[in-house]
Amino acid sequence: MQALDILLTASFWVAAIRIASPLIFATMGELICERAGVLNLGIEGVMTVGAFAGWFTVYSGGDLWTGVAVAAVSGALFGLLHALLTVPLGLSQHVVGIGITLLATSLTYFTYRLVLPEVTSPPKIEPFAPLPIPGLSQIPILGEALFSQTPLTYLAFASVAVVAWVLYRTPLGLAMRAAGENPSAVEAQGISVSGIRIGAVMAGSALMAVGGAFLTMSAFNSFFFEMINGRGWICIALVVFGSWRPGKALIGAILFAAFDAYQVRLQQLTGGVVPYQIFLMMPYVLSILALVLVARRATYPRALMIPYQKGER
Amino acid sequence: MRLEPKPAQSLAATLLYPVGAIVVTLGFAALLVLAAGADPLSVFTLVARGAAGSQFALLETLTRATPLIFTGLAVAVAFRAKLWNIGAEAQLYIGGVATVVLGTGLLPWPSWLLLPIIAVAAMLAGALLLLGPALLKTRLGVDEVVTTLLLNFIVLLFVSMLLEGVLKDPTGLGWPQSRKVIEAAQLPRIIQGKRLHYGFVLAIVSAVAVWIIMKKTALGYEMRAVGHNPEAARFAGIPVNRVLMKTALLSGGLAALAGFSEVAGLKGNLTLDLSPGYGYSGIVVAMLAMLNPLGVVAAAIFVAGIFVGADAMSRSAGVPSYIADVMVATALLTMVVAILLSRFRVRWR
Repeated sequence: MQALDILLTASFWVAAIRIASPLIFATMGELICERAGVLNLGIEGVMTVGAFAGWFTVYSGGDLWTGVAVAAVSGALFGLLHALLTVPLGLSQHVVGIGITLLATSLTYFTYRLVLPEVTSPPKIEPFAPLPIPGLSQIPILGEALFSQTPLTYLAFASVAVVAWVLYRTPLGLAMRAAGENPSAVEAQGISVSGIRIGAVMAGSALMAVGGAFLTMSAFNSFFFEMINGRGWICIALVVFGSWRPGKALIGAILFAAFDAYQVRLQQLTGGVVPYQIFLMMPYVLSILALVLVARRATYPRALMIPYQKGER
Repeated sequence: MRLEPKPAQSLAATLLYPVGAIVVTLGFAALLVLAAGADPLSVFTLVARGAAGSQFALLETLTRATPLIFTGLAVAVAFRAKLWNIGAEAQLYIGGVATVVLGTGLLPWPSWLLLPIIAVAAMLAGALLLLGPALLKTRLGVDEVVTTLLLNFIVLLFVSMLLEGVLKDPTGLGWPQSRKVIEAAQLPRIIQGKRLHYGFVLAIVSAVAVWIIMKKTALGYEMRAVGHNPEAARFAGIPVNRVLMKTALLSGGLAALAGFSEVAGLKGNLTLDLSPGYGYSGIVVAMLAMLNPLGVVAAAIFVAGIFVGADAMSRSAGVPSYIADVMVATALLTMVVAILLSRFRVRWR
């Protein structure tokens, strides 16, 4: 009974939305890349870069929104590198993506050690504070969960709306979707497939980096090693689970985060009878299960992972 | 811009690009060293000396190369068939688990019997671990990149659970570590008093065996055909899914041997820091070797040298040792570009 009561507490849903926020950013980022035809396995590393860049900007005296901007730009730069290698050069998106993750992660750790050589406990910053929306945050449970979050969480939800609007309501979005389905049709319209794909990977990587920055600037207040902890890979699973649609991916991310918040509370409830590692495994197991669940009806963008060369069919 | 295939070239012209890749990597590393306020030339000298400047350094590099040869082979085999096994890290740990389960006194047998049995058991464990993602790929079309990546996290937590539970060393002062393997389950040292062990020999033998499989057997041919073009392979009557299964078993088994060799040859017990990312570095090793099994040995020694050399350099020059990881990742990216440029000509317009 106690286990079900958890679901009716506002604090549980507040936590679920908080856990969902970085996943929403990064899932939207990956979704843009994949809709344009590029699998971005650099996500885990780009999130690490964003987490560090945002935090370090604030730590060195910048304000919080400058930190978010710096994170986004650093993410976009790694996205540019990824895109240059995979789009015009057409190199394996698997190999380049893993390479970008290794490079971004190691460069971050190198820089961290360089600028903070002697610290034993990671220094803290003043993170984003919750900004309750007057009125709406008074609605029991649901209102509290959605409207007493930090500004960065609101930005995460806004990013879903923007991505959905651009993808489905603008010519740019049409070109992006076509670049992932039928690139020669895009070229026939006189639009550059390479340009669309490079832009999508840069924008997507910027979103991933902001997702990383959420962890150091909103969820927590410092940077530590291995803090992304597989969240990037989970987001790749969420994109598949959400059938490459922003709305469905958002629901997937919230469901996933709710499970995650639930297991933490269940862990406290069971009081050490079940090894804690079992609970920590749940997010990863859940991601695999989600992939298996949708496997039969998953329709990948048809040109995903297929490099495009002008004038080739 | 577009890419056009190049006609066959002289060996010198082919080697030009990989050499260029190394130069670019060193150039980038030099910038980072400058950023750290040190002199690149003296830092590189310290790295080289730390990796190969003495008998001790050289043996240390070969010791570090041993697990990288195994994981590099695992990745090379899988990638050749375009089975994207990014889970060598998990397979390595499962190999380590099998080694301490059987090697800490459960089987009181002599070395000549015990060691091969443990090695085979470790391989089986790693093979079975990769079989799951491979089955999900062939049966349901679930992308194996994501499943193998996620399994790395699951397996590490599983190992942590074992080390705080059934496999915990009662005399370990509360540390999450297993008991030491018995003497009969230890791979002997090659030179008395040095750390280099017979796991290195096993790694070389494995590389040759994998080379023979890839170049001289029907399976190797089928794997390459599947990797080159699965539809064409299927059309030619090759049982693509069966070949992918065999590839998965071989790849998972090879990665698990890294765990076996580290536990039985070097560490003696299983801990959560058995591997500082050997599974991921194996990807770099395999790519630097252009997926050639014999090349994997050379690439693993090269990568191990960078890590060992950077550790030594970091102690004396004060440049963070993470520069090794940066160099290895940069080498991966520059090398794939170099391989492309050696085969294709870039035409602007």
